[in-house]
Amino acid sequence: MTPLQAPFTQEKIRALRVGDAVEVSGVMFTGRDAVHKYLHEGGSLPPEVNLRNGILYHCGPVVMKDEAGQWKVTAAGPTTSIREEPYQWQIIRDFGVRAVIGKGGMGQRTLDACREHGCVYLHAIGGAAQVLAECVKRVRNVYMMEKFGAPEAIWELEVEAFPAVVTMDAHGGSLHDQVLAASQAALARSASSPR
Amino acid sequence: MTALLDSLLELIRRTSAEIPDDVQQAILQSLENEKKGTIAESALKIIERNIALAKQKSQPICQDTGSILFYVDAPIGFDQIHFAETAREAVKLATKKGYLRQNSVDSLTGKNDGTNVGPGSPALHFHQHRNSTIEVRLVLKGGGCENVGAQYSLPDEKLHANRDLAGCRTAILDAVMQAQGKGCGPGILGICIGGDRATGYELSKTQFLRRLEDRNPNPELDRLEQDILSTANELGIGPMGFGGKTTLLGVKICAANRVPASFFVSISYMCWAYRRQGIALNPATGTVQSWLY
Repeated sequence: MTPLQAPFTQEKIRALRVGDAVEVSGVMFTGRDAVHKYLHEGGSLPPEVNLRNGILYHCGPVVMKDEAGQWKVTAAGPTTSIREEPYQWQIIRDFGVRAVIGKGGMGQRTLDACREHGCVYLHAIGGAAQVLAECVKRVRNVYMMEKFGAPEAIWELEVEAFPAVVTMDAHGGSLHDQVLAASQAALARSASSPR
Repeated sequence: MTALLDSLLELIRRTSAEIPDDVQQAILQSLENEKKGTIAESALKIIERNIALAKQKSQPICQDTGSILFYVDAPIGFDQIHFAETAREAVKLATKKGYLRQNSVDSLTGKNDGTNVGPGSPALHFHQHRNSTIEVRLVLKGGGCENVGAQYSLPDEKLHANRDLAGCRTAILDAVMQAQGKGCGPGILGICIGGDRATGYELSKTQFLRRLEDRNPNPELDRLEQDILSTANELGIGPMGFGGKTTLLGVKICAANRVPASFFVSISYMCWAYRRQGIALNPATGTVQSWLY
């Protein structure tokens, strides 16, 4: 298990390889479908949202206000990342993102951007909303809530020991490509020897 | 608060926060089967911990609390309109309490009014029966797994899938292949062979009302279910698509008649966070008589 403290240096990110288990601590910003499309179309981020050397988390959390008026994340697992494939490369390039966290993996353009700009894709456990919400120690702020609604808003979260696996590294390695190829071969074997 | 509203609210809370026993057993079994020290094993361990934590905290297992699907079996004379109104009220209340995420978006404007109630949400399926009992089942189905569902029209030339059970098998395994880890596996497949495009998918989802360990009374479908399950688990896709032994936890298949011109195979994929619960209601009072899973 490799501990990772955000913000990251490029060197630290390039040291990671496919299959590494990590635990992330520090600040992360959530951003999902609406945010990606918005940025792709030239929208600008609020000045407080600094993604440089930081983390973009594909997540639409359940967030409640407690009695004291403080936001509290009550469920916060990753959402499917592949939907952001048309946009992700550009956001990595333009905003200097060092780690994208999500689930299900992403495609070639994102993989290329990871290699070119020094970024990794970290796969969190889909559906593990409670384990991951426990890692969120504080909600620092929320942005664009009016425009996008709670699940799609940009939440600034402080996390501790958030577990994930490197499934796309900054060297062109992709666990998703490996598993796809291996499963295709296994299926071809099963098709050639039907029960 | 009326007893019916109370009962439905508790049904939603429990469905969102507590995985049914049959699913939990299957997940524990798969954790035992995975090779120790792999990322597949550690993914399943986090899943196991998540299940326990959600129940203990009475919080959603997954933040995507999904499409809200009610299946109601009720006697002749049952007031469906009153039930539907109460169900919508319960959904609003459950959302306020955080059992459900603000999860329903106007498809034209993109607005999310935060209530989870709108055209098509919640979805209510009523079935009349000749018993006096009222049974309400609820499935919460997240979008990640819904997106990897697939419908095949046979014959499919590219897959070499013909209009027979072997063709159905090929199509179903292709769907597993396409899904990889994107649907939050290990998954459960609900499948309908036949029907039209709408009823095929609708019936595929009713398969999620079956218990995981049950067996199909139709021997041919039973064989197909077992075959798909064991074949899929040899593909090495594994939990979350990390590689590993557990790609699927279950396969449930039904068949419906089709018109001669069509042959659909409709496949719904359910994530490991398989949220399904049910209650039998006291017809006189609307209180919960028993839990169905």
